[in-house]
Amino acid sequence: MTIESFLQNLSNGISLGALYALISIGYTMVYGILRLINFAHGDLVMLGAYFAFYGVAMFVLPWWLAFPLAILFTTLIGIVIEKAAYKPLREFPRINLFAAAVAVAFLLENLAIVIFGGRPKAFARPAFLDQLLKIGNISFVSYTPVIIITTIVLCTVLILIISRTKAGIAMRALSKDIETTGLMGVDTNRIIMFAFMLGSALAAAGGILWAIKFPQINPLMGVMPGLKAFIAAVLGGIGNVWGAMIGGLLLGVVEIMLVAFFPQLAGYRDAFAYTILIVLLLFRPNGIMGEVQAEKV
Amino acid sequence: MLKIENLHVYYGGIHALQSISLQVPEGKIISLLGANGAGKSTTLRTIMGIVKPSEGRIEFLGESLVGLKSFQVVMKGIALAPEGRRVFTNLTVTENLALGAYIRSEKAQIREDIEEIYSLFPRLKEREKQSAGTLSGGEQQMLALGRALMSKPKLLMIDEPSLGLAPVLSQGVLSKLKELNQTRGQTILLIEQNARAALSIADYAYILETGIVKLEGPAAELASDDAVRRTYLGIH
Repeated sequence: MTIESFLQNLSNGISLGALYALISIGYTMVYGILRLINFAHGDLVMLGAYFAFYGVAMFVLPWWLAFPLAILFTTLIGIVIEKAAYKPLREFPRINLFAAAVAVAFLLENLAIVIFGGRPKAFARPAFLDQLLKIGNISFVSYTPVIIITTIVLCTVLILIISRTKAGIAMRALSKDIETTGLMGVDTNRIIMFAFMLGSALAAAGGILWAIKFPQINPLMGVMPGLKAFIAAVLGGIGNVWGAMIGGLLLGVVEIMLVAFFPQLAGYRDAFAYTILIVLLLFRPNGIMGEVQAEKV
Repeated sequence: MLKIENLHVYYGGIHALQSISLQVPEGKIISLLGANGAGKSTTLRTIMGIVKPSEGRIEFLGESLVGLKSFQVVMKGIALAPEGRRVFTNLTVTENLALGAYIRSEKAQIREDIEEIYSLFPRLKEREKQSAGTLSGGEQQMLALGRALMSKPKLLMIDEPSLGLAPVLSQGVLSKLKELNQTRGQTILLIEQNARAALSIADYAYILETGIVKLEGPAAELASDDAVRRTYLGIH
């Protein structure tokens, strides 16, 4: 493989990994606090993409207005899901929450099919994201660096919120001991809602960037990225925000690189990527960052 | 300051509190004594809104606390250092203290108060940037106490501060409490297994037995009462 095509594949893998990272943060934060695998999380990715699509295509908004609004609406839906489907079940055995999460996932997917229509829609990239760029012999489309930079910015903001702000400290405390966090004067319900907000916003941002990278959207588009981001979260050490970022990045790079190095395996891309992951988990059952419980969120 | 009347609590089918009444006057140290399962922790957890009473009144400074959530009780001016310390082992010592001041907003004042806690417990200062999980049991108890003080509570409640501590350490914690009471006028409601130590610093004590107040009186009187000495102080 030439150095050019290696770098090209690497940038492709990193941008895919960045998207997995953005999505997997929501899984890991909610798991860290409620020990809930929020299966509906992937569908927020889809909602983010659709809201952005309709903002531009139907309401003719400029992208810089449509995208933030799409994130806002998706976040609101994330809050509604938490309030309506998860909060009332919090006192009951964990398995009930689990079932509710699966139900919400099906609900969102089927509502999307009914409301948005089952046929895929073409997502129009803003022109500045559709430029073919060349650095030396490496060519890439302008959305690639934009995806990577946006992800870095969003992750930095998230890390600052979690490590520096009062709500962030409360969130970390909550992941350890909900009852005692309440004894500190923390309105725990509000902090749980805040965690859902952050996770949903990142999922929506991930969905919009996903649609920019793969500009065809459909009501089930969130399922695969959702599953993979979940795996990335487990790989990184579920409950750990840094782990989710690293796991996502690794997953994206492995997926792309495997095909780059062994093109004849292209059809088995997912199978091989996940075999590697299973082996990795056999050796590190708590995930890459799993032992650093101190940083758990 | 705190007035509990006819408090009944059912806890997983058990009648855990059966008409408990007690009072905590301002500026005093009141102690709740009694064996395991007598209902001491349940009383404090009910005050904090973690457990809901089925009957009875809890009044703090003339306002009812029944039906409030923990964070609302904290905002009324009560803090609990819970049984087993329950420090946040994934946060640093300073973050634990900062979280204790969650309901307050004056940043500079909070920073000063953290320093004050450090001067009260110099061992914590040495470990301010370490995660609380690396502290010893005694240090964790100091942290739990400091954390509870950070909300500037009018009433400080402490559940078993000497549990699992060497006698020398638990004596140290109790004398800190006495010091807080004398220098700041801190009102304290204390649960303690070590009845003798508790009676030595308390003004007034209630002895609980299977969910009822068996006996109450000024601490000095209880400490010299023959029946109390036999049953609770292990003196024959």
